[in-house]
Amino acid sequence: MSLGRYAVKRLAFGVIQVIAVATVVFLLVQALPGDAAVALAGDDPNPERIEQIRTVMGLDRPPLERFGAWLWGLAHLDLGVSIVSGRPVSAFLSNGLAPTAVLAVLTLVLLVPLSVMVGVLAALREGSRLDRVLTSISVGLHSIPEFALAVVLIALFGVQLAWLPPTAVGVGGDLLGHPEVLVLPLVVLLARPICSISRLVRAGMIEALSSDYVRHARRLGLSVGRVRFAHALPNALAPAVQQVARTTDWLLGGVIVVEAVFVIPGLGTTLVDAVASRDLPVVQGLAVVFAVTTVAVNLIADLVAFRLSPRAVGIR
Amino acid sequence: MTHFPELSRRGFLAITAGLSAAGLVGCSTPSATTAAPKAGGRLRAAFAGGGAKEVLDPHLANLFVEAARSKAMFDKLADLGADVSAQPRLAEKWEPNGDLTRWRITLRQAVFHDGKPVRAQDVLASYARILDPKRAFRAKSSLSLIDLANSKAIDDRTVEFALKRPFVEFPNALAAFGTYIVPEGTEDFTKPVGSGPFSFVSFEPGKSVLLKKNAQYWEGAPHLDELQFVIANEESARTNALLGGQVEYAHDLTPTTARAHGASDRMTIVRSPNSAVQAFAMKLDRAPFNNPDLREAMFLLADRPQLVESTLAGSGQIGNDLFGKGSQYYAGDIPQRTRDLDKAKHLIRKAGAEGMTIKLDTSTAAAGMVEAATIFADQVKGSGLTIEVVTGNKDTYWADTLKNGSMSSFRSGAMPIETHIAQRLLSTSGTNVTKWTRPEFDALYQKAVSTADEKARGAVYAEMQRSLHAEGGYLMWGFADWIVGTARNVSGVATAPANTLDWARFDKVWLG
Repeated sequence: MSLGRYAVKRLAFGVIQVIAVATVVFLLVQALPGDAAVALAGDDPNPERIEQIRTVMGLDRPPLERFGAWLWGLAHLDLGVSIVSGRPVSAFLSNGLAPTAVLAVLTLVLLVPLSVMVGVLAALREGSRLDRVLTSISVGLHSIPEFALAVVLIALFGVQLAWLPPTAVGVGGDLLGHPEVLVLPLVVLLARPICSISRLVRAGMIEALSSDYVRHARRLGLSVGRVRFAHALPNALAPAVQQVARTTDWLLGGVIVVEAVFVIPGLGTTLVDAVASRDLPVVQGLAVVFAVTTVAVNLIADLVAFRLSPRAVGIR
Repeated sequence: MTHFPELSRRGFLAITAGLSAAGLVGCSTPSATTAAPKAGGRLRAAFAGGGAKEVLDPHLANLFVEAARSKAMFDKLADLGADVSAQPRLAEKWEPNGDLTRWRITLRQAVFHDGKPVRAQDVLASYARILDPKRAFRAKSSLSLIDLANSKAIDDRTVEFALKRPFVEFPNALAAFGTYIVPEGTEDFTKPVGSGPFSFVSFEPGKSVLLKKNAQYWEGAPHLDELQFVIANEESARTNALLGGQVEYAHDLTPTTARAHGASDRMTIVRSPNSAVQAFAMKLDRAPFNNPDLREAMFLLADRPQLVESTLAGSGQIGNDLFGKGSQYYAGDIPQRTRDLDKAKHLIRKAGAEGMTIKLDTSTAAAGMVEAATIFADQVKGSGLTIEVVTGNKDTYWADTLKNGSMSSFRSGAMPIETHIAQRLLSTSGTNVTKWTRPEFDALYQKAVSTADEKARGAVYAEMQRSLHAEGGYLMWGFADWIVGTARNVSGVATAPANTLDWARFDKVWLG
């Protein structure tokens, strides 16, 4: 199968996936107890007032009608307005996007070279003390939940030693202007994926180094470096690239935790708030953004993997 | 007020009629030294917030942070003093007519941030906006007894309100939560204009609000140059930000934090007693608590000192099943209930309830509720009853427990006792969680609010509280202190109960 045909097929499938996600999210939020009116009324649950809030919010319209209107808007790239505050959903997304994008992009940018380095290092020294130390550390780190790691790092470096700010309070959306607040969140976000991806790189590299074509390349008298990095590594990277894409899905979960603990007002925080207040249009908008991102990242990763090692990638 | 994974625990003001803050200046003790206040500087205050959906419209305020911000930028006609009674604010004075159905309010000389004076028309327009039948503002029920059509501006600084019925506690309505005065015709609050001690500079929803001092404030300019509200939903994050010097004031900390950092050199803990009543609500209109013996058994099973010690880590006081300890009209002469297991067992047998399992609904909607329910279930063991704790959804908890179940965790912030009764204990009350509906009690309430003589009125309130204490459905076991943390250089933070004027009030605070 050619790369072009493969891409078109996957793209069509991706569009269906996004619409499916939006529908499922709508149904899930509908299935949650209560609605935006009840959530807004909070500890003043006067039934008359709740009815009135419902009317003001337009929640008295049937759910299917509301979902249809939202889908119709989506077709015109209009994500609607928040039923709680009346502000456009696009404003919620653009406000929360910057901090989350900074976290996610920096994580991925640092993740790839760091894990490849660790993985290749371990593979080339297979069985050595360095390999064993790296393996123990990565297995250990991988088993610590982000939340626990964050709490420990804040207590130690933020509060006790006061080397780094314990939270990003007061920085608002301008994280890049205050790089010091990014250090601890990035360490938390990187800790686990570095472990898993470096293991994959190590395994792939060991396998590639002992493969026939590498031995053949060596017999042809190519330099050791060239064999390792031009012939073995690309094959070793195919599964790792796909794992990086899976990491992007996982990042969303990690980002929600990190944003909460470090007080970074990004999309994760926006999502948690929107679900708690049953602000459906905002939840829907976020679902579309996350779904599109996930589909796109996986598509790109699979195309890259396809290029690196066509036989290893089937149509899933 | 939260711990992971409850990422978005909300600090709802547990006040149904809603009230906010009030009090006479100097009524409450400042937390720190009484050295001369210093002017200048920016104070950063961390609150739990409403996230990106927040708005600055003071009539839409719901959360603590919104109440605190509204208070900084706007004024009400009245507000609550340290004894939770209404005190004049924008209103210089109020005078009722003989039958308490018409009230003449004289406004003090005050100006909005845009330099325009606060006029009678602004007051009427603000109240008309809150009472708009097509909208659902929280303060609507508090103001619903105003007959707006027959109320009028006598002149620029005099308003005459007509009421639908005699109501001696009308000042409580003027002090009610969210009854802020905004300039006539205001509908756009992107750059709010109020008459409060601080004026608007900038707003990033869910992140921060920056205000600057209003040098023309009628009560005198604030000491601080700037006041910034920042949002941190996690209690641990607010504590860490304070310890890390990123904020100077952290609102709503847990008793555990207070205990851990009480002696720290990086933080001062300020406790406000009698801030939040902690209770279990039993429903009188259904089995099993339609039986008064069983209610009394519950009252006698609660080991209140243990609940206060374990749930509130000692940051609180025991309750006597009555609302409003420390407030005006509180019936403090009723003997304190204590645990009496034998008598409770006898009452349970008498009610034929031996071996019964009762579901106690609770949730993480307010800090400590689940813990208290669990401890109470433990205290009931061995009485012949079993309490089964059921943890429900936090976002819909208050609406769920208003309708369903027979017993639930309850908590409420401070408000006048009259307001508590009006909102929760009359046949017509919108949030009557205990289903206490008694015509003779309703009649006593009407008598109280139409009795001009304060002493006679106090006697009626006392009578009402005696019947609530004997037969009511609220097992009010404690009053939690409200806890805030400040940096060591912050002075002038008052210890008034949450929801009263001096709570979360920053115009009297300074940085030393």
